[in-house]
Amino acid sequence: MVQLAPERSVRTASRRRLSPLSLFESLATPHGVDRYLELVNPMLTVRELRAEVTDVRHQTADSVTLTLRPTRQWKGFTAGQFVQVTVEIDGVRHTRCYSPACSQSRADGRIELTVKAHPEGLVSQYLNEHAKPGLVVGLSQADGTFTLPWVRPEKVLLVSGGSGITPVLSMLRTLCDEGYRGEVVFLHYAYTSHDVAYADELREIASQHSNVRVVLAYTTQQTGGDLHGFFGQEHLDATAPWFADAQTFLCGPPGLMKSVRKHYEAAGLSDRLHTEEFAPPALSVVDGEATGEITFGRSGKSAANTGTTLLEQAEGAGLTPEFGCRMGICFSCTAVKTSGCTRDLRTGALDADPDHEIQLCINVPVGDVALDI
Amino acid sequence: MTVTLTEEQIDEIGTELDAIRNRVVADLGKADRDYLMKIVKWQRGLEVAGRGSLFLGFLPPFWLAGTGALALSKILDNMEIGHNVMHGQYDWMRDPGYNSRAFDWDTACPGDQWKHSHNYMHHTYTNILDKDRDIGYGILRMDESQKWNPYYLGNPVWAFLLMTFFQYGVALHDLETENILSGKRKMSENKELWKGIRRKIGRQTLKDYVLFPALTGPLFLSTLTANATANLIRNVWAYSIIFCGHFPSGVATFTEEACENESRGHWYVRQMLGSANIKGGKLFHIMSGNLSHQIEHHLFPDLPARRYPEIAGEVRAICEKYGLPYNTGRFSKQIGSTWSKIFRLALPSRPNPDAGPAITVVPTKVHAVA
Repeated sequence: MVQLAPERSVRTASRRRLSPLSLFESLATPHGVDRYLELVNPMLTVRELRAEVTDVRHQTADSVTLTLRPTRQWKGFTAGQFVQVTVEIDGVRHTRCYSPACSQSRADGRIELTVKAHPEGLVSQYLNEHAKPGLVVGLSQADGTFTLPWVRPEKVLLVSGGSGITPVLSMLRTLCDEGYRGEVVFLHYAYTSHDVAYADELREIASQHSNVRVVLAYTTQQTGGDLHGFFGQEHLDATAPWFADAQTFLCGPPGLMKSVRKHYEAAGLSDRLHTEEFAPPALSVVDGEATGEITFGRSGKSAANTGTTLLEQAEGAGLTPEFGCRMGICFSCTAVKTSGCTRDLRTGALDADPDHEIQLCINVPVGDVALDI
Repeated sequence: MTVTLTEEQIDEIGTELDAIRNRVVADLGKADRDYLMKIVKWQRGLEVAGRGSLFLGFLPPFWLAGTGALALSKILDNMEIGHNVMHGQYDWMRDPGYNSRAFDWDTACPGDQWKHSHNYMHHTYTNILDKDRDIGYGILRMDESQKWNPYYLGNPVWAFLLMTFFQYGVALHDLETENILSGKRKMSENKELWKGIRRKIGRQTLKDYVLFPALTGPLFLSTLTANATANLIRNVWAYSIIFCGHFPSGVATFTEEACENESRGHWYVRQMLGSANIKGGKLFHIMSGNLSHQIEHHLFPDLPARRYPEIAGEVRAICEKYGLPYNTGRFSKQIGSTWSKIFRLALPSRPNPDAGPAITVVPTKVHAVA
């Protein structure tokens, strides 16, 4: 077994360095400098990455495009990656993942996010209705492996549906910025022409770059656009008959993802298809029956859901998580739920947010749940 | 003082209190966050103003104002912010800056250690003899059932020292020194705790007694004295408020046997009988971290403390309905009663052999037949 993080290196990392910052940290202990600075200006941070909304526009009726200016900790992103954005709604912080739609080499270092308001989407609706220049949001460094290879492929097929347009648009804009000469087809699916964000810009990109072809496919509208109906072989034949020689990047709703994947599998081309899921996993239904599996990420164990509290199930699986009162008052057993839905036994409230801290002793799993213990 | 309740009544009390809790939980939102942020701004503002004034500490009004502001800042930090945030009262905001797992306060005791002895041991086993180490904190005799020995002749002296050095007393509380002396705990169990305490005390000392005094240059001693005074004021205040929570006369203690397999309703009743409130104005409640509503706090330790005043009337009405005492009084009365107990129990005394258990539960069936 590989030994991780030997003690010596940990000690070296925590050795105090003498700098003005370490002096300020010592003066601000135990709260940290950022806890003071944020009361003056939330964009003035020493450690925390945040971003200020500098521009807000609505390209379609149910979407909002935000330009964000990150604080100096921002390390940039690679086209196709996502960031986590945290907003505060009625006193509670909510975090969601969004893929920047702009070029990774954008000159002003800002990032552009386009967020579609889902009818059930708390954060997306909030941003659509309330985002204004000056709003400060929490931001994470970029993450994700859905990126173009460093050595650019000779031909690129970018397929997207609905709000899945953002990461592949970022790829398209990045390729254009760096003067990519290979052939690019940008195949985008939308219900109707009114649902296409970036329609004007896509047209402009196509007119300025002879190697780029933009294809708009409408699934419910029968007129206008280049193609109609759902994805199929005929769409590939009409737009990128060379797809077998290209690298394909796909992001869209589950139906589109499934259909393209099946197609590439059948053609034996799965290794040329790169995908990014963006739809949230469906909330499990509470029917009183204990279903699903509990995964204990850190200890590498898992067990079938027995319906009892997560603390009892963890103990049943041979784990020894910290606990105290076992009645929800002392917060000793709080642990991070990485994914899945849980129910609070006291209030009956469901919680399906990923990476959320929960009290193990008063929560039961509803379907599959993954815990970081 | 004993109360007699039927099992059914105990369940009813549980249901009624759960309903209050659920109603408040459903209503938590922006107003609660705004309140916390307002207190944080006041605390940080007072801290910066206080530390800043001490640069002019050679002028007595500035020294006094600086020391006072710093003391107020530390009181707010420890009580209305620190104690309450570390109870998980604001965990629902999902703000890592004000989360019980991450927060630490401006005092010698490391937050994570305090949470174990306080949130778990004290709040779960409130006033159960031999389980709740907050009964006398392992160094004082605060209940007749604690067996007297000559050490307790010093009860008032030990209490005075604890009050003066309260932050260090709280920091050392988790080491369970009394259990080490009695052989119940091994020294080796304290190794990790010691490390944490030393680190925290080191940082606090560096800040209050080295760096800030040094920054004021020739006023080093003046600033150091001011910081020590601010810490002392905070110590005396925190001690006094906390001692009023469970030690005034009339507050019940419980035996381990009486609390075995207790129901949620029984736990609630124990919390109400084992806590005492302090009457006062709005500012007094804020400066006490709303621990002036100790009864409500012990019923709902994870509800934001600013909610306690608004539910106090209902809690009191439940107490009256079921004939339970609701122990409250002005600060002078409660703290006076606490000190008189400290002095009284310095001398040998025995629990009244005729006094029954604090809660007598009548099984529902028997009651129905009778």
